[in-house]
Amino acid sequence: MADITMRDRPARRSVDAGRAAVLSRFRTVDSIFAGMTLGAALLVLVLLGGVIVSLVIGSMPAFRAFGLRFLYTEVWNPNDDVYGALGAIYGTVVTSVIAMVIAIPVGIGIAVFLTELCPFALRKPIGMAIELLAGIPSIIYGIWGLFIFAPFLQTHVEPALIAVLGPIPVLGALFQGPPYGIGVLTAGIILGIMVLPFISSVSRDVFQTVPPVLKEAGYGLGCTTWEVMKNIVIPFSRTGVIGGVMLALGRALGETMAVTFVIGNAHRISSSILLPGTTISAAIANEFTEAVGDLYTSSLIELGLILFVITFIVLAIARYMLLRIQRRAGA
Amino acid sequence: MAVYSRKRRIENGVFLALSFGAAALGLVALVFILAALLWNGVAGLKPSVFTQMTPPPGSAGGLLNAIYGSVVMTVLGLAIGAPVGLLAGTYMAEHGRYAKLTVVVRFLNDILLSAPSIIIGLFVYEVVVTRLGHFSGYAGALALAMLVIPVVARTTEDMLLLVPNTLREAASAMGLPRSHVVWKVAYAAARPGIVTGLLLAFARISGETAPLLFTALNNQFWTTDISGPTASLPTVIFQFALSPYKDWQQLAWTGALIITATVLLLSIAARSLGSTRTAK
Repeated sequence: MADITMRDRPARRSVDAGRAAVLSRFRTVDSIFAGMTLGAALLVLVLLGGVIVSLVIGSMPAFRAFGLRFLYTEVWNPNDDVYGALGAIYGTVVTSVIAMVIAIPVGIGIAVFLTELCPFALRKPIGMAIELLAGIPSIIYGIWGLFIFAPFLQTHVEPALIAVLGPIPVLGALFQGPPYGIGVLTAGIILGIMVLPFISSVSRDVFQTVPPVLKEAGYGLGCTTWEVMKNIVIPFSRTGVIGGVMLALGRALGETMAVTFVIGNAHRISSSILLPGTTISAAIANEFTEAVGDLYTSSLIELGLILFVITFIVLAIARYMLLRIQRRAGA
Repeated sequence: MAVYSRKRRIENGVFLALSFGAAALGLVALVFILAALLWNGVAGLKPSVFTQMTPPPGSAGGLLNAIYGSVVMTVLGLAIGAPVGLLAGTYMAEHGRYAKLTVVVRFLNDILLSAPSIIIGLFVYEVVVTRLGHFSGYAGALALAMLVIPVVARTTEDMLLLVPNTLREAASAMGLPRSHVVWKVAYAAARPGIVTGLLLAFARISGETAPLLFTALNNQFWTTDISGPTASLPTVIFQFALSPYKDWQQLAWTGALIITATVLLLSIAARSLGSTRTAK
């Protein structure tokens, strides 16, 4: 017995040495890999920080020249080198409002259809088809809007709107002017179609987190489907639905190509939504490569900064709302 | 005997009809868009589209240089962005799962995920294009990479979090170091989901236009060198669709059909791959 251990000792030592070498190699590999993942995570922070910093630096010349006036003046005149963002901000807000007016009821309607009415076999394919709307690149919406949808609105919808709604006081102001086809309304409708899937898929997901017991209790009391939706499902999942709406709003505010095709690119504020306008992103897409002079470029970058700040706030609210409903669903 | 009062029955009926109508509206919009694309795009789908360069105004040609530029920039963008996104997602799910940093990174990653892509274009213009003094395909690829990172990071994290901890514990108990546990066990278990994320990112950037407008710009001629201005399918569509020339508009429709077909195939592939294992 003793002999054997004695004889084994040198061999054991070399095994120990080998094991130590392997362990130290493992340790190096581990720390390199952990370092790489940490580095990548930090890079995400650096990129977002870099975006903000570079936009702020880029917009300094415009900020020095116009100060806060940039935010509330409408003049956009490259010839005189005078720029104000109000027209573009206005267009961004109005197109997004139109998009939301369309997408919120339709999106929630689709979610209700998918969770309550649709036969089980069709739920997945229809849900997927609606989500495909989000997969279509925005430039496709642009070309479709320009060649198909805008002429359709121009010949069939807008004349009717002008004739029927135009003479009404106050409300009629929204529907004045000739039917161009291209304009704020067209851009808003297309944005509405584009962001539809965001609202419908988030709403469907949060509707499904409503405990069945609650709904069954409602039906047990004799509620109709509508009453169960109105009084139980929607109050229960309100936070999540608002989160989805905010996510869609964030998309609508920053959407570029689809809008650029159909909005007409006019830096002005008109009361009529049938007239051409512009949005922040459309102005940047259209003018940036043609912008001569530092002040012009810088003004466009400041527009980008404004857009980024607005979408950042909207998206932050969206994430916060969705996080809250996730926590509740998990708890 | 009616169970419900007339008013409640009508209210319910109207509401259900409206939600049915909403779903129909969504589907009709999808069908109209796809039908218009097929109708107008197929008309110009000739072999010359894939063999000739983008033409000067008023003459026939193809989209070869644009397709080439798109493919190269998209692949390069994915090659740069995917590893970073994968590692960042790994950090959030594995090494830093309980770290405070993860909460911050996850939040900002989600912001980056839905941030307007034109802002990314402005950023890359400021950082790369003005430094180098000229537009280039590399700048375009970098802009696309910045769009890939948040998508891949997000899906990687989600998928790794679904891997049961018992698998990791078993691997650790057998003496595997942490990096091997992640590589051989966690990645292997989460692979379908991660591939789905890569495909979704690929689909997203292959249709992106806004970030390429002032990074890669455009180029009418054939070049394999992407250190200068580079054509891409989306920017060519943008330019050609807004032109008054019929030939150009036709090419724009055909290009749009090619992009949409690619993107939809990729996202359907991603979904059917992902649906076996994940809810979304």
